[in-house]
Amino acid sequence: MKKFQKIMSLMLASAMIMTMLAGCSNSNDASNADSSTAETTEAAGEETAEGTNEAASNSGAAFKIGAIGPATGGAAVYGIAVQNGADLAIKEINAAGGINGYQIEYNFQDDECDNEKSVNAYNTLKDWGMQMLVGTTTSGCCIAVAAESANDNLFQITPSGSSVDCINGNDNVFQVCFTDPNQGVGAAQYIGTNNVAGKVAVIYDSSDVYSSGIYEKFAQEAANQPFEIVAAEAFTADNKTDFSVQLQKAKDAGAELVFLPIYYTEASLILTQANAMGYDVKFFGCDGLDGILNVENFDTALAEGVMLLTPFAADAEDEATKAFVSAYVESYGDTPNQFAADAYDAVYILKAAIEQCGATPDDSVSDLCEKLKAAMPQITVDGLTGEAMSWDADGAVNKSPKAMEIVDGNYSLIQ
Amino acid sequence: MKKLKLSKNIKDNSITYGIIIIAYVIMQIMIKTGHVSSLMQGLLVPLCVYIILAVSLNLTVGILGELSLGHAGFMCVGAFTGAFFSKCMQDVITIDLLRFILAILIGAISAGIIGLLIGMPVLRLKGDYLAIVTLAFGEIIKNIMNVLYIGKDDSGLHFSMKDSLSLGLDAEGTVIINGAQGITGTPKNSTFTIGVILIILTLFIVLNLIHSRDGRAIMSIRDNLIAAESIGINITKYKLMAFSISAALAGIAGVLYSHNLSSLMATPKNFGYNMSIMILVFVVLGGIGNIRGSIISAVILTLLPEVLRGLSNYRMLIYSIVLIVMMLFNWSPKLINLREKYSLKRLFKKPKEVQ
Amino acid sequence: MSFISYLINGISLGSVYAIIALGYTMVYGIAKMLNFAHGDVIMVGGFAVFFAVSMQGLPTFAGMLLAVVLCTVLGIAIEYIAYRPLRQAASSLAVLITAIGVSYFLQNIALLIFGANTKAFTSVVTIPALKLADEQIIISGETIVTIISCIIIMTTLTLFINKTKAGQAMLAVSEDKGAAQLMGINVNRTISLTFAIGSALAAIAGMLLCSAYPSLTPYTGSMPGIKAFVAAVFGGIGSIPGALIGGIVLGVIEILSKAYISSQLSDAIVFLVLIVVLLVKPTGILGKKIQEKV
Repeated sequence: MKKFQKIMSLMLASAMIMTMLAGCSNSNDASNADSSTAETTEAAGEETAEGTNEAASNSGAAFKIGAIGPATGGAAVYGIAVQNGADLAIKEINAAGGINGYQIEYNFQDDECDNEKSVNAYNTLKDWGMQMLVGTTTSGCCIAVAAESANDNLFQITPSGSSVDCINGNDNVFQVCFTDPNQGVGAAQYIGTNNVAGKVAVIYDSSDVYSSGIYEKFAQEAANQPFEIVAAEAFTADNKTDFSVQLQKAKDAGAELVFLPIYYTEASLILTQANAMGYDVKFFGCDGLDGILNVENFDTALAEGVMLLTPFAADAEDEATKAFVSAYVESYGDTPNQFAADAYDAVYILKAAIEQCGATPDDSVSDLCEKLKAAMPQITVDGLTGEAMSWDADGAVNKSPKAMEIVDGNYSLIQ
Repeated sequence: MKKLKLSKNIKDNSITYGIIIIAYVIMQIMIKTGHVSSLMQGLLVPLCVYIILAVSLNLTVGILGELSLGHAGFMCVGAFTGAFFSKCMQDVITIDLLRFILAILIGAISAGIIGLLIGMPVLRLKGDYLAIVTLAFGEIIKNIMNVLYIGKDDSGLHFSMKDSLSLGLDAEGTVIINGAQGITGTPKNSTFTIGVILIILTLFIVLNLIHSRDGRAIMSIRDNLIAAESIGINITKYKLMAFSISAALAGIAGVLYSHNLSSLMATPKNFGYNMSIMILVFVVLGGIGNIRGSIISAVILTLLPEVLRGLSNYRMLIYSIVLIVMMLFNWSPKLINLREKYSLKRLFKKPKEVQ
Repeated sequence: MSFISYLINGISLGSVYAIIALGYTMVYGIAKMLNFAHGDVIMVGGFAVFFAVSMQGLPTFAGMLLAVVLCTVLGIAIEYIAYRPLRQAASSLAVLITAIGVSYFLQNIALLIFGANTKAFTSVVTIPALKLADEQIIISGETIVTIISCIIIMTTLTLFINKTKAGQAMLAVSEDKGAAQLMGINVNRTISLTFAIGSALAAIAGMLLCSAYPSLTPYTGSMPGIKAFVAAVFGGIGSIPGALIGGIVLGVIEILSKAYISSQLSDAIVFLVLIVVLLVKPTGILGKKIQEKV
């Protein structure tokens, strides 16, 4: 027992040393992170001054853009899409000569879709010298990180953090995606004005910020619309394999349309199970549903006739989307989903804003943020996820969602 | 003989306190001189949270000898009640510290009460059955938090289990707990100093309990329940005592956690069984019943994934391998023998010879 | 009518829990350890079939065989590397923690190999669905196969344990490792065999789980794994028929509580029922009550 305690005290000593090292050697860590993630910069032949801690004292060779999202854990599919989407945009920009002649350095950190880990990731990026943040991917984490970045006055643009709380009260945070209320109201109005259905059922994830946020506004707006919500059924993160009950209830209530404000992973199961129980109904979704056609090995016939309000479709015919999709597939082997497109756009929006205000990497983080904040309401960006996107000073994006319908295994725009 | 043993306890405890205080002083000096990275500074409060959780779970697992997989549930109760109180009283009590201390008290008491209520029926079970029931309670708490809506307006508080629309709030009313969207905008009151004070408080409670008459009674239950019962120890009372104190301390950790982040949600990640298991990992890796070990392993395992960030995609893979290897190193009887044969002699005897 | 169809849905969900719980309870009953990595072995089984059938275009049967062989080898390897060194450890909790480590390891390795994108699994079952009462009640082919496999596995396991020498050795090891060794039973080999069988069952469970709910990610196994663990405890952990009953009961409760009480609170309700059952019958539905001797 005594020996055991000696071992423990030894371990403690090493732990303390580790703690101190973690403190002292942070400039080393930062340069390590550089070498592991900054393929882009290597390609461009750029080296930053090492050992600098304060972003302000960076010797100004490149803009440092950080990104955060879940790269492990159940939500990894979304985080990895953001990681790759932003990476692709930055590679393109660097290859084309950078922003205002400055190259971009890029560093992505994993947050495991956990608020606390997300703040850790944010701090890691700060140590690295991040000047602008593309992130975070998920709403919950985004709210936590936005509070930190607002405190530091660091410019943040979130590709897919759609909760209003991400931008509420944080004037440094801007969104690429629609806010949840925006989507909920939009979907209700679309269904109402186009008379898609008279009886609507909703299946949503009550343990998810995104899903329950949309549902709430959808239900609110539905009261003003000529249709009726006949069933509102929930599932939770721990209970998302079997949807037979929710579908059965929708069927028994005579719903003509099922609204799915959820992500496509669960939606693909819902479609399969509805088909198995012989329930032929129209499905209507939001941007989270985009990507359903790209689920590997998925029988796209099941998704026939699914309608969704989404800003992006990987099958769209325009040149920009085609180029993006083929470049993405070539680099990362997967078909991009909407998260990847959002992140890709986020980087180009940053580029447009920097060009608008003429900022340089020599600006301090806070100055850069002030300049970008002023520039954001002035710019208009044509991106993959929307044409002529513009921003209010509060951070929400103005763009119009496209209503798509899946016809013959492809998205097609409903006019 | 008795005196000698007592002084050994005091010596042992003061080492534990000393470690915390020295670590605190060193960190403070390093922060003042600007040697601490933002990451480390951001990690200080979470470290305090996990240390408190590990120490408090060690009370149940190590001292009482019952396996609990629902510790995160108590943390969840503390986090939500504490944050709820702070949000409600934000305009009433304007002194941050006072409000935070009250929030901690409220979090601890409510988690303690829940611990007591859960403990009463379930502590009759043993071993893996107790583990699964505590896991079940943790999941129930998390599930309820996900569908709980509480709003506040002029006419008072409104509750709902359905959605925020059915709260029926006035136009001016605000939703405080918004189901899965949880509580946003909790004031950021947690600081490293408060965290360390809470750790010391936790240690004080736990260490004093262990070395008290009550503590010996609790340990006798662990070592042999039937023998303990036969000499007239009130099993239920002592089991409940250890369990609810442990829950209340977890509640404190929860309050600290919720006041460190501006958004609080009950996700499987932070209050689910995964977290309970993670806390159990701290306890087992540090040595069951060894309070100092819990502290150290909580620190190491919280820092490890952050230190490994340089490995990018391989981070969590390496983390899992390190976890397995550390477990084998610390617990495998063969390796313990090997270690005692070689490393200790070399490490501890040689310096003496030199002297 | 809707009640019957809910009940059938419950049974089909329950049969999936049951087939996972059989493997859980088998390992627990003999090796006396909670193998938290069991759910992830199931995921590996699912990916093995997906890799062979959907990516390489092999026939379904070859894919199933590959999955069973791979999982068996994996189970033996995990036991040898991560669990065996800790069998004599001072606390039985140590091996529980390494099991969690193994679970993280398998998830992350699958994430690195196959990526995080959801894969749609092609069902290995080709039996058509059974339609009754004017198509009001539909029993899917997967459900039929799962239930039949459960019963076959349950009977075979019971016969194996009670009638064969290896099975008797397992029983002896589960009663008392030391005494079993004295009787000339190779404890290590017996426990290896247990893990081999448990993991082969996991492979089968993985295929059927993914056939019934065709979405495959590196985290597919973890939640059903925990649910199956609950099911195994429900039925009395260590008892093979108990796992089947526990699984079905759990599935039915889950579906009925979703249907008639609240779809938001169904997790809480399931766990509440579990707690009540355990408080009334502390060792599960079919668990043996062991009197402690002083």
